[in-house]
Amino acid sequence: MECYLDNSATTRCFDEVRDIVVSAMTADYGNPSSMHTKGVEAERYIKRAKETIAANMKVNEKELFFTSGGTESNNLAIIGSAMANMRAGKHLITSSIEHPSVLNAMKYLEEQGFRVTYLPVDKDGVILLEALREALCEETILVSVMYVNNEIGSVQPIGEIGTIIKEKNPNTLYHVDAIQAFGKYKIYPKKQNIDMLSVSGHKINGPKGVGICYIGEKVKIKPIMFGGGQQRGMRSGTENVPGAAGIGKAVEISYENLTEKIDRLYELKQYFVDAISKIEGVTINGKIGMESAPHIVSASFEQVRSEVLLHALESRGIYVSAGSACASNKPAVSSVLKAIGVKKELLDSTVRFSLSSETTKEELSYCIEELNNILPKLRLYKRQ
Amino acid sequence: MFKSFLIKYGEIGIKGKNRYIFEDALVKQIKHALKKVEGKFEVSKQQGRMYVEVLSEYDYEETIASLQKVFGIVGICPVVHVEDEGFDKLAESVVEYFKEAHPTLDMTFKVNARRARKNYPLDSMQINYSIGEKILQAFPNVKVDVHKPDILLNIEIREKIYIYSQVIPGAGGMPVGTNGKAMLLLSGGIDSPVAGYMVSKRGVKIDAVYFHAPPYTSERAKQKVVDLAKLVAVYSGPIHLHVINFTDIQLYIYEKCPHDELTIIMRRYMMKIAEHIAKETGSLALITGESIGQVASQTLQSLAATNEVCTMPVMRPVISFDKQDIVDIAQRINTFETSILPYEDCCTIFVAKHPVTKPNINIIKRSERNLEEKIEELVATALATDEVIICE
Repeated sequence: MECYLDNSATTRCFDEVRDIVVSAMTADYGNPSSMHTKGVEAERYIKRAKETIAANMKVNEKELFFTSGGTESNNLAIIGSAMANMRAGKHLITSSIEHPSVLNAMKYLEEQGFRVTYLPVDKDGVILLEALREALCEETILVSVMYVNNEIGSVQPIGEIGTIIKEKNPNTLYHVDAIQAFGKYKIYPKKQNIDMLSVSGHKINGPKGVGICYIGEKVKIKPIMFGGGQQRGMRSGTENVPGAAGIGKAVEISYENLTEKIDRLYELKQYFVDAISKIEGVTINGKIGMESAPHIVSASFEQVRSEVLLHALESRGIYVSAGSACASNKPAVSSVLKAIGVKKELLDSTVRFSLSSETTKEELSYCIEELNNILPKLRLYKRQ
Repeated sequence: MFKSFLIKYGEIGIKGKNRYIFEDALVKQIKHALKKVEGKFEVSKQQGRMYVEVLSEYDYEETIASLQKVFGIVGICPVVHVEDEGFDKLAESVVEYFKEAHPTLDMTFKVNARRARKNYPLDSMQINYSIGEKILQAFPNVKVDVHKPDILLNIEIREKIYIYSQVIPGAGGMPVGTNGKAMLLLSGGIDSPVAGYMVSKRGVKIDAVYFHAPPYTSERAKQKVVDLAKLVAVYSGPIHLHVINFTDIQLYIYEKCPHDELTIIMRRYMMKIAEHIAKETGSLALITGESIGQVASQTLQSLAATNEVCTMPVMRPVISFDKQDIVDIAQRINTFETSILPYEDCCTIFVAKHPVTKPNINIIKRSERNLEEKIEELVATALATDEVIICE
C-alpha cells in the first residue's frame, strides 16, 4: 500500500490540472504577448485562471500576479514593498518561525539597512500578540506573518493581527505567507486587512514552478525582476502559461466543497492523532483540534531517530518528513521546534505527517499499524 | 591549428615482448576517453609511436582534458601538419609555428628532425641546422642549446610534415586493464574513492562494493556512492558496483557482541563479504581507503584485526597519507565535493562513544563466537541481496 503523508512538502497534481497543463504546452503553446491568434489563445488560459482565483479569493484580477512559486511570491512581497516604502520608515516585523524564504529575505533587507523585529511564539507556535503591539511603531512599514506553520501546523490569528496593525498605523503593510494555508482556510484578503498574500501551486495539487502573489491595488511596491514588462511590469518574463492554467485549475478544484473537505480533514487528523497518542513515548507538538491546521501533525518519538523512522516507514510505502533534518556530520536542528521548546533529546526524533484531501482513513490506519510494528524494533537498537 | 596529438607513454616503452598488450590497452582507453569529446578521432600506432589523429572539427581543451585522464599517458604533444611543398615553404611554416606556440621569445631551443620518409632531399642533420638557422634569423633573442634546450622543436617528415614542441603532462601510470582487477570497498567518504583512483592508475581495473544499511542509511547515501563510483570511473573506466544490504548483520552484531568492538567486528564481516564477491567476480585483491591512525578502526592493531579475516592481498594506497594529502587528491580528481555530502554511512550508525583502539584478536574472536548461531545464514542472505550497478 502506498501512503503519501508528505503533502506539506508537495502534493500529487490533480488529473484535471495535468490535462490543462498539457494542452497549454502542446495545443495552445503561443506566447501571450504575440499579436496573432496563437498568442490570444494562450492569453485566454491566463485570463481564465485569474478569473477563477480572483472569484475564490474575492479580489480583483488586477491584483493577482503569477510567480515562479512560494519563494518568489514571498520575496516579491517583502523585498518589493520594503524597497518601495523605505522613505516612510525602515522597520519590519516578522515572526521567529517563518519559512526561510521569508527569514532570508528579511536577512537580506537587514544587510540593506532595515531593522527587523522577530516576534517570539508561545509553546504552541502562536505569535505573542502583546509582543506585536509593542514592536509596532511609526517606522514600521511591513509586517509579514505565515498563516500556517509548515513544520508544526500552528495557525496564527491572521484577522486579529491585521486589526492590531491597522489600528496602530493604517499605512503599515500586512503580508501573509499562506503557502500552507491556502485551500485549507477560506482566505479573503480584503476582509482580513491583508495587503499581500503568497500562494504556491504545488502545495494545492497544482504544478511546481508556479505561485500567486496577491498585491492589493493600493500597495506601493516595486518589482524585483526586470525585463520585458509583462504582468504590468510587476513580474517581467514570458508568462508561465501552463503553470498559470494549472494553478488556476487547482484553485478551482480546491474550492469545490471546501467546507466539507476541511471538516473531513479535521476528522482524519483527529483519528490519526488519537491513535498515535496511544503509542508509548509519543508527543504531539503544538495544538490539536480546530485550533491547529487540519492537515499537519508533528510528533516526536522518544528514542528513535527521525531519519531512521522515515526510512523504515518508506520501506513500507509510507512517506513522511523528518521534522528536523539531521545527519551525523552536519547537525541542522529545526529552529521552529526549538522555538516552541521541544525537548533537546526529541529535536532529532520528530516526524511530520501531512494530509491532503486525497488522503484516506485506510491509509492512516495502515500507517498507524506500521508505526506500532516498527517503533518497538527500532527502539531495540540505539546509539549508545 | 593542431591536427593530431603524439601520445608519449613512459613505462610501457620499456616492456619487452608483451609491449603490444600495453599499447593495445592504451589505444582502447584513449578511444574510450575520446568517445564523449566533440569531434572525430582516430587512434593509431605507427612505427613505435602513438598518434591521435583529428578527423573533423573538434574542441581542443576538451580533448586535452580527456587525454589527461587516461592512465598510461605521460605526455601529450599537439602536432601541426604541413604539406610538403619544398624546404623553403617548410622553413616558413616552422617559423610561423614557433611564433604562435612560443610567444615569449627569450629562450633556448634545439631542432630535432626525423625522417620517416627517407626520400626527402635533406637528411635529418641538414634539416636540423637549416631550420635552426632560419629560426635564429627570425628571432634574434632565441639561442641554440643542443644539450639542455628549453624547447625541443620536433620535425617529422612523413607523408605530411609534423611539427611539435609542446609537451602537456599526462596522468602517468599504466593503461587500465593491464594489471588485473581488484575490489574496492567504497564507503562514501573521502578516502576510498582516492584509494580506488590510485590503484587504478597502476593499470588495475576496479570493481567496488558498498554496504547499504536501510533504514539507517538512506537511498541518497547509496546514490552518493553511485555518483562517486561514476567519478572514479572517469579515470578507471566502467566500475561494477555491488550493493550489499548489511543491516541484519549489523543489528545481529549489535545484539550479541560488546558494543566497543562493534566497528571492528563489523569491518571484519565487510572484508569477508568483499573477498567472497571478489573471488566470484575475478578480482585478485581488495582495496580500502584506510590510513593509519585516522580513526579507532584504523589503528595498526585494528588494521591487523580486520586484515586477519582475508587471504587476498589488501591494498591500502593511502595508508601513510595525512588527511590533507588525501583531500588534495580528492579535490584534484573531483570526488571531494560529493564525498562531503552529509549522508550517514553504515559505519557511523551505532558507533560506540569509546570504541576499542587496540583490539586483541583473541578477544575479538571470542566475541565473534556469540554470533555462531546465525551469522553464516545472515552472510548468505546478505550476499543474495547483491545488486550490481554499472557505473560509467
